[in-house]
Amino acid sequence: MSNLDPVTLVVIKNGLQQVCNEMDLAFCRAAFSPVISEAMDRSDGIYHRDSGDLIAQGDLGLPIFVGTMQFSTQAVIARAKDIRPGDVFIVNDPYLGGTHLMDVRFVKPFFYQGKLFAWLANTGHWPDIGGMVPGGFSANATEVEQEGLRLPPVKLYKEGRLDEEILSIILSNIRIADQRIGDIKAQAAALSIGEKRLTALIDRYGPGTVDAAVAELRARASQQMRAKIATIPDGTWVGEAFVDSDGVVDEPLRIALSIEKRGEEMTFDLSGSSPPCQGPMNSVIATTRSSIYLAIKHIFPEVPINAGTFEPLHVIDPKGTFLYAEYPRPVSGCAAEVSQRIAEAVFAALTPALPDKLFAAPAGTSGNLALGGVDPARGRAYVMYVISGGGYGGSMAGDGISNGCSTIGISKTTPIEVMEQYYPVLFDEVSLNEGSGGAGKTRGGFGLNYAITLRRGEARASMVMDHGRFGPQGALGGGDGGLNRVHVTRDGVSYTPPHLSKDQDIRIKAGDRIRVSTPGGGGFGDPRLREAALVARDVARGYYTPAEAAARFGVVLTALGEVDQAATSAARDRLAAAGKPA
Amino acid sequence: MALVVGIDVGGTFTDLIAVGEGETRLAKVPTTVENQAFGVLAAIEAAGIALADVTAIVHGTTATTNALLERKIAKVGLITTKGFRDVLELGRRTRPKPYGLIGHFEPLIPRELRLEADERVDADGEVVCPLDEAGVATAADTLIAAGCEAIVIHFLHSYRNPAHEARAAAIVRTRWPAGHVTAGHEILSEYREYERGVTAAVNAAIQPVLHRYIDRLRGELAARGFTRDLLVMQGNGGTVAAGIVTETAVNTVMSGPASGVMAASRVAEAAGFPNVITYDMGGTSSDVGLILGGLPSLSAELELEYAMPIHVPMVDVHTIGAGGGSIAFRNEAGLLQVGPESAGAAPGPIAYGRGGTRPTITDANLVLGRLNPTGLLAVGKPVPVEHVRGIIEAEVGKPLGLDVEAAAAAILRIANDRMAGAIRMVSLAKGHDPRDFALFAFGGAGPLHAVALARELGIPKVLIPARPGITNALGCIVADLRHDFVRTLNRPLPSLDEAEARGIMDAQVAEGRALIAREGVPIEGIRVVHRADMQFQGQSHMLSVDLADIALTREGLSEAFAAAYWRRFEVELAELRPVLVNLHTAVIGIRPPVALDRLIGEGDSIEGASTGRRAVWFDGGFVDTPVYAREKLPRGARFEGPAILEQLDATTVVEPGNQVEIDRFGNLIVTV
Repeated sequence: MSNLDPVTLVVIKNGLQQVCNEMDLAFCRAAFSPVISEAMDRSDGIYHRDSGDLIAQGDLGLPIFVGTMQFSTQAVIARAKDIRPGDVFIVNDPYLGGTHLMDVRFVKPFFYQGKLFAWLANTGHWPDIGGMVPGGFSANATEVEQEGLRLPPVKLYKEGRLDEEILSIILSNIRIADQRIGDIKAQAAALSIGEKRLTALIDRYGPGTVDAAVAELRARASQQMRAKIATIPDGTWVGEAFVDSDGVVDEPLRIALSIEKRGEEMTFDLSGSSPPCQGPMNSVIATTRSSIYLAIKHIFPEVPINAGTFEPLHVIDPKGTFLYAEYPRPVSGCAAEVSQRIAEAVFAALTPALPDKLFAAPAGTSGNLALGGVDPARGRAYVMYVISGGGYGGSMAGDGISNGCSTIGISKTTPIEVMEQYYPVLFDEVSLNEGSGGAGKTRGGFGLNYAITLRRGEARASMVMDHGRFGPQGALGGGDGGLNRVHVTRDGVSYTPPHLSKDQDIRIKAGDRIRVSTPGGGGFGDPRLREAALVARDVARGYYTPAEAAARFGVVLTALGEVDQAATSAARDRLAAAGKPA
Repeated sequence: MALVVGIDVGGTFTDLIAVGEGETRLAKVPTTVENQAFGVLAAIEAAGIALADVTAIVHGTTATTNALLERKIAKVGLITTKGFRDVLELGRRTRPKPYGLIGHFEPLIPRELRLEADERVDADGEVVCPLDEAGVATAADTLIAAGCEAIVIHFLHSYRNPAHEARAAAIVRTRWPAGHVTAGHEILSEYREYERGVTAAVNAAIQPVLHRYIDRLRGELAARGFTRDLLVMQGNGGTVAAGIVTETAVNTVMSGPASGVMAASRVAEAAGFPNVITYDMGGTSSDVGLILGGLPSLSAELELEYAMPIHVPMVDVHTIGAGGGSIAFRNEAGLLQVGPESAGAAPGPIAYGRGGTRPTITDANLVLGRLNPTGLLAVGKPVPVEHVRGIIEAEVGKPLGLDVEAAAAAILRIANDRMAGAIRMVSLAKGHDPRDFALFAFGGAGPLHAVALARELGIPKVLIPARPGITNALGCIVADLRHDFVRTLNRPLPSLDEAEARGIMDAQVAEGRALIAREGVPIEGIRVVHRADMQFQGQSHMLSVDLADIALTREGLSEAFAAAYWRRFEVELAELRPVLVNLHTAVIGIRPPVALDRLIGEGDSIEGASTGRRAVWFDGGFVDTPVYAREKLPRGARFEGPAILEQLDATTVVEPGNQVEIDRFGNLIVTV
């Protein structure tokens, strides 16, 4: 019998959330892969027993997984036969509600008193899943088979027992396999902890009450999201964003978004976007949808995440575009890069509608760089990953922060002092990318520059980044953020990747150097309205040169670095006459 | 008459406790925000203490924590490895919250005061580029000329080989003998350049602030004839002599919460509870700590605010954004929500009569008869209970279809549920089950909620100390001298040089003993505690392993780590290699014990302690409940709830069916 008073409802809501948070915590603390334990590239949740719809998701999960795991749970439900307590399915098939192959899901049926009550699932980003490049971020793949091992839903655990045969197939197909057993056990253990805690919650309130609460909470989340949507003026809001290239064909890919906002609902139409591409910048529909959910969550962070949250958000299947990838299109760039361009298009579309809530574009690239080789001093193969941040966009609240994490991530940088312990490299520089913050009334934050010199042996570098051709967009008259740049120096000769932000298998040897500069955030509002004293301060700090201050903000400084008021008004008038918002 | 005096400065009040043979004195005076020393002196005066009778004053100050949070810090310059001056501004690639892309961050040292010098050491400690000594001197001159009050030297890999950093610091100190110079490895010899650099920058930023404050306080005390020991509380739960406290100013950050946990550990252990969760609930937030085997659990990973990590060992206190002033409201989803928004001290709860208009946890406690409307501390214009009831009914009751009592009860239930959830996460994150602990509740509001929280968490016993409102001051007088050291090794066990590890530990002990000798404070002995941070190769999280009964050999470490890993994760990973990451040593100078059994008075009988009865809401209805004056309850008294126990600075709620006992120290022990 259901006994659902308003207080019990809140207590069950918090209880479900806590089950997920405890799974997040257990997974992260016990995991081996630094991608999971430091970068927190993982997520845990509870899903409906029949529909697979999201019931609750951990607060500490990686943002890109907002909503995606319900699609893979649904794929498991559609295929699962003979489900028993203790079974754990493993799946990473991008076309079955996935992202890229490196994101490996575990999906476990949860039984209460012998009856299927819900599903528990988690995702962890494995540092390698086989394929043509270490780490999985190939820039040149043209088929998914080149990107690594693809697992349909299979039972890795059968009634609590690890299937050694399936395990051996997996471990025989990935690099640095010896540490993966630690991650596999951690990922499965997190689900067991969820099982214990969810059982305790249902013991206390009864399955009927918890079921009723789940249904009610879904309705409430939907109601809350509708209330937020209602604050956006009705109309058609359009935005676009460009991916530099697909890594194979050197042409930009366009994301064309049109949002139809009516009352308390929004419909997202991406049908004008570029067709499917040859290289790995295709996005599977699960990731496309999640990117939209994630962007909305960044705009309204206080709305909880469950299936109800997404009800008023309608995404039209963008068939025939690169945002609706079908087998065997390669997809390794979808979760890390294309997702962020989709979010950028959402931000660009809605900034004029809700200028006090939004912001100019953030750097929006994960900046994946993988360096693989053998260290002759240690006689050991290694794969070093660097991901990087960039500047965030300006907003009404102030300037963007510098070196923020990607839109879809929450990971921290690995310290240089850790990298240099493990890999035969020396960092020559980690510095602020001067001038990269887009000009605006409030400016963008800055990206960073880092440079790595290989100290021993030979190595191959691959990268999947973006914003090498188009800077993160400024908003409401603000200038774009600075570009992503990559330079490799081999034997003293400089090499720039032809696709600027994507390349594969660049061979380097001891003494060669890779330097990367990451994008700054977009500027917000007309730069001529920025307080001149703040521009002078920014110049004193070396963020901009005096010439940039004049050209981009119309602020002229004296030799002592003080604002020359007369020259500044003249310069700002000239900028206005030129109709040039920096 | 030999008194030991503990004085803790809090946000609102400065508390004093003085203990001598057979005597306890207390004082509570308003904190003087501009210069905390005036409040300290006022407290001494209010307690009627003659400084000639005092053997030691132990002082807990928020001067440094506040300076950081309010950014009233010194102008600091940095000299760092060429190519890396922006490390302190770029941070670890974070944003304040997982969702939302708007935030703000200001580095402690602005970019124009961050200079570089040619030098480079690699991860093995080998010199890749020699130190440009002339460059260091030039940079120092530039920073001094720019008006810096302190200078930080922060070089990459100095935890592995500090030679360049030490040499650079010596050069700067020679040129600037009166200046404050911090070399990163002197504060923290641990890897991770951002955290070590920020920790050093924090030290430098508050050194001049603390120096001025302590100097003034010592001067004022000396002028009043005080010639004995002045000790200062540290965040690690230990104290340090005022004469050397400035050198490691960073250690005084968060000393207030640490002293509360320290007091809890002594009181609880004496009462027979070695394993305790501490819960200090105040007006805007609550602090949760863990005590294991009588020792507060420590952490070296505090983040004082967004992107401000301070990685020196500190008593591990987690702050939850829920306090008496947390506001209850109906959110957009139509659900009742309590906090995180708080009415704070101003305007405060409605009941405080200082202009508060939104219902808070305190207001709900008042409506349900748990708090006495005439006994509130710090009230402005008294507010009739009817007024509070009216607002709760309008803001919470009507929208949710509840009557006023049910609405107030709903506020408490949701607040308790949320606080209990946070306590669970804190204990689980450390690998503990809260049911194995007793709950030690203090602070103004802790005793109001303790029993309900314990019930929610399955904790069987609650301990409310004799003086819940001055626990931090008590922590000052029970704390020992303490110095912590850490050194990064990062060696897989098979290649560990056992002699090197033992050498590091011996050196850390020697350094601690030397510091204690310099302090010149009377002690009864020295205790040394060694711990190791370990992990499996390839992992990034570490487990702390107690080395008390471990032979420092490869085998001994390996077994101890496997056992600790099993206790924490129930996973066995024999196939992987353990790594010894850091070696920690605490050198503790044990101060003479302080008697804890005279902290509160007592009467002859339970009846004699009765001050009346009132209707208190428990689980669905009002119950006629006896009210007692806490300081009149006799030692050894036992009774059954419900009951309300009142004392000047706290009210304890005992639920129907709870068994209560007053132990020989005057603590309340409640069996839930």
